[in-house]
Amino acid sequence: MVNKFKRTKRRRVIPGFPLSLGITLAMVSMIVLIPMASIIICASDLSLYDFVKIVMAKDVRSGYMVSFSCALIAALINCIFGVILAWVFVRYEFPGKRILDGLIELPFALPTAVAGISLTALYSDQGWIGSIFAKFGIKIAYTKVGITIAMVFIGIPFVVRAIQPVLEKFDPQYEEAAAMLGANGRKTFIKVIFPEILPAMLTGFGLALARGIGEYGSVIFIAGNIPYKTQIAPLLIMSKLEQLKYTDATAIALVMLVVSFLILLLLNIIQVHATKRTT
Amino acid sequence: MNIEQESVNLKKGTKVTKVVLIGVSLVFVLIMLVIPMLVLIVYALKDGGTKYIEAITDPYTIKALRLTIVATVTAVAINTFFGLFAAWAVSKFHFRGKQLLLTIIDIPFAVSPVIAGLIFILTFGRIGWAHDFLNAHNIKVVFAVPGVIIATIFVTFPFISREIIPVLNAQGRDEEEAAALMGASGFHIFRKITLPHMKWALLYGIVLCSARAMGEFGAVSVLSGHLRGKTNTLPLHVEIIYNEFKLSAAFAVSSILVVLAVIILILRNIVEYKAKKGGR
Repeated sequence: MVNKFKRTKRRRVIPGFPLSLGITLAMVSMIVLIPMASIIICASDLSLYDFVKIVMAKDVRSGYMVSFSCALIAALINCIFGVILAWVFVRYEFPGKRILDGLIELPFALPTAVAGISLTALYSDQGWIGSIFAKFGIKIAYTKVGITIAMVFIGIPFVVRAIQPVLEKFDPQYEEAAAMLGANGRKTFIKVIFPEILPAMLTGFGLALARGIGEYGSVIFIAGNIPYKTQIAPLLIMSKLEQLKYTDATAIALVMLVVSFLILLLLNIIQVHATKRTT
Repeated sequence: MNIEQESVNLKKGTKVTKVVLIGVSLVFVLIMLVIPMLVLIVYALKDGGTKYIEAITDPYTIKALRLTIVATVTAVAINTFFGLFAAWAVSKFHFRGKQLLLTIIDIPFAVSPVIAGLIFILTFGRIGWAHDFLNAHNIKVVFAVPGVIIATIFVTFPFISREIIPVLNAQGRDEEEAAALMGASGFHIFRKITLPHMKWALLYGIVLCSARAMGEFGAVSVLSGHLRGKTNTLPLHVEIIYNEFKLSAAFAVSSILVVLAVIILILRNIVEYKAKKGGR
């Protein structure tokens, strides 16, 4: 063991390996690993029966349904507009493009609570946009539609910023070749460009989805938190914590964590396949 | 003739597509991003300028702003420190488990802010295993300022390392190796070779980290206990006054955060522009 260490050490010319790795590991353990382990320690006190009972309770089930379904719809909407926006930013020149491009990042920079209250004000029955829909009897704020809108808001930069670099690198020669071979614009897009941006789009989709599922600040204001209707899963964790039901909160969180990690794992697999295909 | 006709048609077609797509983009950005900001400003000023100034100079607002700044600066400082060492270890050396380490660093990205708060409650709170130790030393984390700061550090943990690592990976390690062989010290190598390569990426990471840190809501909300004037950050303060139905005051306080967000966006664009010009 000592021998092996020495051998690897000799190859390292650049100084600072033990120090930098030591600090990195210490901080990762303190800030991420140990606190994350607490959730497992706490969950291990639960019997499987109790765990199932907590996460299958009616309010929890509907909370998961609201969070997952709204996040999924929002991520799909973001994929459509994400592709359009990325395309417009990369391919077209028009006045104000740079400002538009910069604005896309607003959901990253704007605190989620602030976004939440202004979206609520905008889409409530008295709001600028909400009042128009209210005339037709459509409610947006305090319904799942409102939740989805908030999730579209926070998810859009993920998709646009994932696709943009890929489109920038895309060689227009392929399109020219397709056009010369007689493909029309739509066909070129579907057959030539779309497969190229698909992995990036899926990455953006996954990130937006994961963010939407976990999102709290921008959603709780517009959600209205009506039990069984517009209560999102993170809100349930919050209210269990307020009732000091720590194990309940942990069980609900554990399911959400597993889902998020599965999404990210799937993304990684797609990424690995995509890079294999192109290189 | 036929071919010419076709190419004219094609051009016309692409022009129509262009206008339609730009139109769709404009409408989307307008409805989803610009109008919410306008609503905020209009509502903030609804009750007049004096009310606005009253709301943003309220002692609780100022205290919340101060805590937000403290938490943001601490989080940025600690995460920069971490990011530099992590980037150095990951990009300059080969070791087993590197991919695993990178995945673990990214965990805070995948975790819901509320769950981020929860894990610290489970660690430091009444049922947490660290509770007795903290109690014995009279340290309060949960429902106190340290909790707010720790939560902020956690949610922004990967931001800086994530921006620097790809840049350093792309740069390789030849220059550092040459310098080390010629006898330069570690710190000297870092300052003269590594830092100039990654300075824009580092700044970019710091800008993103500050944006997220100042706006963090879910995690901080779990840990703060909402003690007015003590553990309330600015976003939490907005929530409290909003729930008290003081709408225009809530929007007025929000406008401080909007101004900060806009400054961050502008800085971000400047940094990105400079990085592109400098070729990273």
